[in-house]
Amino acid sequence: MAITPSFDTVMERLKRQDLWQFPGGVHPPGQKSLSNTTAIARVQLPEVLYIPVRQHAGLEGSVCVEIGSQVLKGQPLTYSNAPYAVPIHAPTSGVITEIGEHTSAHPSGVPELTITMRPDGNDTWTELFPIHHYQHLDKNALIERICDAGIAGLGGAGFPTHIKTSSTKPVEFLIINGIECEPYISSDDRLMREHAWQIRQGVDVLNHLLSPKCIVIAVEDNKPEALKALNIACEDNQEIQVVSVPTVYPAGGEKQLIQVLTGREVPRKGLPNDIGCVMFNVGTCFAIADAIFSGKPLLERVVTLTGTALQKPQNVWALLGTPVSHLLSYAGYMPHNQNEQQVIMGGPMMGFSITSLDTPVVKITNCLLAPAKNELPSAADERACIRCGFCTDACPASLLPQQLYWYSKAKDHDKTQEYNLFDCIECGACAYVCPSEIPLVHYYRKAKAEIRNQRDENDKSEKAKQRFEARKARLLEEKRLREEKHRLAAEQRKQAMAKDGSAQDKIAAALARAKAKKAKTAAQTEAVEQPIDAPQKSAESSTVKDKQAKVAAAVARAKAKKAEQTTSAQSQPASEKLDKQAKVAAAVARAKAKKARKQAEAEQGVKQETDVIDPTATDETTAAPGKKAKVAAPVARAKAKKAAQKAAQSEPAEAENDAASVAEVNDKEPPKEKTAEQIKREKVAKAIAKAKAKAKQNKSGENAE
Amino acid sequence: MSLFWALFAIGVLALLFGAILGYAAIRFKVESDPLVEQIDQILPQTQCGQCGYPGCKPYAEAIANGDQINKCPPGGEATIKKLAELMGVEAKPLDAAHGVEDVKKVAFIREDECIGCTKCIQACPVDAILGAAKQMHTVIVDECTGCDLCVDPCPVDCIDMVPVKQTTQSWQWDLKQTTTGDIPVKMVS
Repeated sequence: MAITPSFDTVMERLKRQDLWQFPGGVHPPGQKSLSNTTAIARVQLPEVLYIPVRQHAGLEGSVCVEIGSQVLKGQPLTYSNAPYAVPIHAPTSGVITEIGEHTSAHPSGVPELTITMRPDGNDTWTELFPIHHYQHLDKNALIERICDAGIAGLGGAGFPTHIKTSSTKPVEFLIINGIECEPYISSDDRLMREHAWQIRQGVDVLNHLLSPKCIVIAVEDNKPEALKALNIACEDNQEIQVVSVPTVYPAGGEKQLIQVLTGREVPRKGLPNDIGCVMFNVGTCFAIADAIFSGKPLLERVVTLTGTALQKPQNVWALLGTPVSHLLSYAGYMPHNQNEQQVIMGGPMMGFSITSLDTPVVKITNCLLAPAKNELPSAADERACIRCGFCTDACPASLLPQQLYWYSKAKDHDKTQEYNLFDCIECGACAYVCPSEIPLVHYYRKAKAEIRNQRDENDKSEKAKQRFEARKARLLEEKRLREEKHRLAAEQRKQAMAKDGSAQDKIAAALARAKAKKAKTAAQTEAVEQPIDAPQKSAESSTVKDKQAKVAAAVARAKAKKAEQTTSAQSQPASEKLDKQAKVAAAVARAKAKKARKQAEAEQGVKQETDVIDPTATDETTAAPGKKAKVAAPVARAKAKKAAQKAAQSEPAEAENDAASVAEVNDKEPPKEKTAEQIKREKVAKAIAKAKAKAKQNKSGENAE
Repeated sequence: MSLFWALFAIGVLALLFGAILGYAAIRFKVESDPLVEQIDQILPQTQCGQCGYPGCKPYAEAIANGDQINKCPPGGEATIKKLAELMGVEAKPLDAAHGVEDVKKVAFIREDECIGCTKCIQACPVDAILGAAKQMHTVIVDECTGCDLCVDPCPVDCIDMVPVKQTTQSWQWDLKQTTTGDIPVKMVS
């Protein structure tokens, strides 16, 4: 590991303008003069604004407006509900026409949640609350203000600024990044030239928040005008060092610039503040000054419109949410100068082709590039790798692009991670120097996405496993508890029986009754058989039987007496029981009748469904007779499902046609079955009642005897 | 006599080393991942039971005992390949008897049609459905494994299996699909 230069060494070398170097780097032609010669222009309001809810790296806020609501310029459209969420604001006054999905400013163009707004042309501001004496304000209040203004890093990554400013680690170097190393882009250049003073104000606020030992403003030496403007703006403050950095791509990368200025390397998986550095883009400083001193949230940004397919390449102030097509038509877009329509958001090295011209400008959009024919190579020229090793020399992160390429292509994700794929900053220097024109970065991005997805999936499956196992354990525990409960209940019952003799007596009485009944029926059958058989024999047998019956009856009587003694007035409860049973039976019958009625209704519903097929039919039925129908609808659906299943099972060939009839039959049957069941139950009840009555008769008869 | 001493010395050494090795085997025992655990790690943990076993763990046990490795439709080809590598057997195509590989899906309950019968809750292997008797139920999308087990028990057919929507986070840089799409990485002029 390289030795970390101390603060004093760094300061000394900064004063001498003797800077460090990062490994690799390339020198692509700048092409900046295409767009940096004219002042930043203002574009007239577009017809419609598509404002994506998430425009930065982090989480989206919660939408706090509705369709149709009138909003004023600067009014928040979402509010932050998580540390990494920053709000968005209405870039002008107008009406919210839609909150839905719209093409995202992302290489995929996958639709994302977007608020669509129609400007009313008045550009009426909402009430603003500027802070004049920020030094007297609590730091947290300032940070909150920065968050509420929706500021995210405007350099390209879009990291929420308030997170960086609330760093608790001691800051040695506050670095302001005005490098803008990527070809074609000149938005920061123009901003530094025209608004150096406001950038300085933003730097002062950051200085107050972070209290660094030293402030460094770094500008590439191909922007002398910007350097001069910043030098003038910062000459009264000796703490601020304005440093000219040699032009090499990608000197503007966070890690690379820190290495150039301080000689320190950001550790792997670490952040710049681990080595005492914090970096902000000049555009971010400008936005911070706006947010504090005039209370304005982040509503617009400088966008470079460039490329030789434009008549007037230039820089413009673009409201966030402006469709790309609006800006391009302002700059005189000539699609016929291109082989196929291609507009790149960002620069030629790290940008991406947008999928639709309706894509909106977002907080991280610094450039729109419309290249003419042959300005950029086509992607189809990829040839085989010849192992020349140029990419290794060009890599600013000291990786081995060739190895990464092989392993990414082979999808050997363990190996790619072994070769530190995630340290790749996707600058595109390797692909730029590749003589075989292999889009190396594309392979790396793909591999990174796959690895991330794999990781997410693994996390998810791990979670699923834990939940599955937790559920299994819970079910087992529930089962065990249930069994335990049953066991305890059974034991209690046994104990209670053992204690209470009456229960045993009752059982004995019941047994006796059963026996008596048996005996009587046997006697009766004998009596019936008697006339058919020989009379004597029957007489003999009947006497034997009589004797037996008498014995049994005697036993029964004794037992019954005992029982009667224990439960006085048993006959009355018995009759009451009968009454109760009858009542219950009646109630059951009523319930059944009700059910049948409902089913009939449901059947009608099913009929309608099957007859009309139109899905609205069910809706009509549900709407019409209120609650009953509501109940009936799901029942009908359930029935239909069952019927369909049955039909499918029994006659798969003519399932469709027969489903309706089967359903009808099926629906008609249940009530009948129910009534049959009812009858059966009633019969059983009657039989029981009869048996009881008989038992009573027997008893009374025996008593009489 | 010297023979005796030689035998004695070697015997003592053997005993000594034996004791050391025996102690080391207990003291420094390596807790190796049992095969079932390793297989279970590869399986997608949807707990769908399409393999014919009640969950991923039982199937992992079955594979360890010699069952076929191509019975897991949610895992698809990728899982089969990994299993083949782990088990040292030939990778073979997915057994169609157990279903076909499909895009990732999650369950979605049409809430105004739900009657609150709790049948789906009982069916869900990962407790990803929320609700109570006679109250509307809903699926916790993040927990749903897309196993399909809640669809059949529903008496009113109000559960759909919806394909998981692609977001900018889950997008895999498949630029070949678009006509104008590829990253411009080199300048000619």
